[in-house]
Amino acid sequence: MSTASTTRLTLPLTALFAVCFVAPLCVLVALSLAAGPDGGVATIGHYAAFVGDRFNASILFDTLWLGVKATLVCLLFGFPVAWICARAHVRWQSVLIFLVVLPILTSVVVRTFSWIVILGRHGLLNQIVLGLGLADEPLRLLYSEAGVIIVLAQVQMPLMVLPILTVLSRIDSNLFDASQALGAGQWRTLWRVAVPLSMPGIIAGCILTYAASITAFVTQTLIGGARLIYMPLFIYQQAVGANNWPFAAAISVIFMVAVLVVVAVLNGFGRRFEKHV
Amino acid sequence: MSDPRARPDWEAVSLRLVFGLLAAVALIFLVAPTLVILITSFTDSESLRFPPTGFSLRWYEALLDADQMQRAAWNSLQIAVCTTLLCVLLGTPASIAMARSRHPWIRACDVLFMSPLLLPALAFGFAGLIFVNQMGFRPSVTFLVLGHTIVCVPFVLRTTIAAMTQLDPALLDASRSLGASEWTTFRRVTLPLIAKGIAAGAFLAFMASFDNVPVSLFLADERTEVLPIHLWQQIESNLDVRTAAASGVIVMLTLGLMIIAERTAGLTRQMR
Repeated sequence: MSTASTTRLTLPLTALFAVCFVAPLCVLVALSLAAGPDGGVATIGHYAAFVGDRFNASILFDTLWLGVKATLVCLLFGFPVAWICARAHVRWQSVLIFLVVLPILTSVVVRTFSWIVILGRHGLLNQIVLGLGLADEPLRLLYSEAGVIIVLAQVQMPLMVLPILTVLSRIDSNLFDASQALGAGQWRTLWRVAVPLSMPGIIAGCILTYAASITAFVTQTLIGGARLIYMPLFIYQQAVGANNWPFAAAISVIFMVAVLVVVAVLNGFGRRFEKHV
Repeated sequence: MSDPRARPDWEAVSLRLVFGLLAAVALIFLVAPTLVILITSFTDSESLRFPPTGFSLRWYEALLDADQMQRAAWNSLQIAVCTTLLCVLLGTPASIAMARSRHPWIRACDVLFMSPLLLPALAFGFAGLIFVNQMGFRPSVTFLVLGHTIVCVPFVLRTTIAAMTQLDPALLDASRSLGASEWTTFRRVTLPLIAKGIAAGAFLAFMASFDNVPVSLFLADERTEVLPIHLWQQIESNLDVRTAAASGVIVMLTLGLMIIAERTAGLTRQMR
């Protein structure tokens, strides 16, 4: 098939994206620069208002930092899951992947709701902690950042496991044998062979987990409660609650740019790493 | 490969222990919430205590009278079906092109079509609301479906492109050299071979649409209230046990659909 006719196949979807994705985002940027409610002279006043207020800036920082923490927890637990999955027998592999995929397909509202039952003051986790005598009084997990991180890690874990698993199962297992035959122990082989070779999967997993964690509106609002404000809730409050659309548009743009910067940094890190290896 | 000398390989043991422990904790955490909500939904009491003191179907019976919830579920179902159809219709041809060509235009398309996975969906939902508003319209089901299609189509693209790259080009050449037209080759050779990839993607897109909150939050109005938002509001305002029963229904349907998708389309293989 010729290049022209191949390219033509993308046109319907490109048209949809032009009208329903690119155009709205342009309008969003335009509104964020509007001086008054009816448009008018362009201004960066809304951006200045965001940056100038320490409270606003701290919300952005908290959100980006929350994503880092949730991603690291996901990586810590997700890599071993992918590792064991990749080395399991084919039959077990299907079962394991099914268990990993199950949460991401179950409605996020339902999963978060379940975590409220688990993390509550008299919830399952506190019953276990108190029963084992690990604490004298119930832990405050609901409406705390620790709770949000736990739930985000669970909700986004499949996004971390699947890309790593894909890369791990492609690695030639002779490389591990070779490393060990040359005298490297298992840990050394893990750090010097398996982790570097699976870096593309780790980077991809981190990007997906990070992007999903910081924008996880449902989890952030239901587990974090009204006191912990992150960017998505802030945008929602300004847009729907305060009806301040230009300001909400400005913070949406800031949020999107911040996400893109983090993704670009991670991508660049991944590319540098590939060259290195 | 292991050291034949009698020295115990403490490295292998410790690696297994640490990784096994981390993975076990992860798997428990992955599965527990689904089980907990399923068990809680059968409680016979007014509270969401876990474990429940007794079991009954009373909250499932209560769902039969929950008109608003049923309407929201019906809305969500219709929107998810329309979204899935649109995703498949537009996504399949695009995936075929994206798997075949390395043209700069195609690469640009790849970045564009995948960006909804990375950009905050809530910001996009808000942008959609502003756009609809400035065009002089009000939020409606049509806009909701279009918005959902944007955020759900990457799932169809990913699985279909993956299926395309596993397709042996020699089969297409053979079909063509035997005189089949481009369209016949697509219908009789390409499509049957990538059908599982498309099906897996369609399933993921359906679930993503049915579960979407960030876009629906802005593009749905009172008449088109969708289920996840209804449930979210229920949980925020009062912890009604009926919500647990509705969650139970969703979990059971998801499990059922997943098993069907696994048997027919090999879902877990397509997602890797």
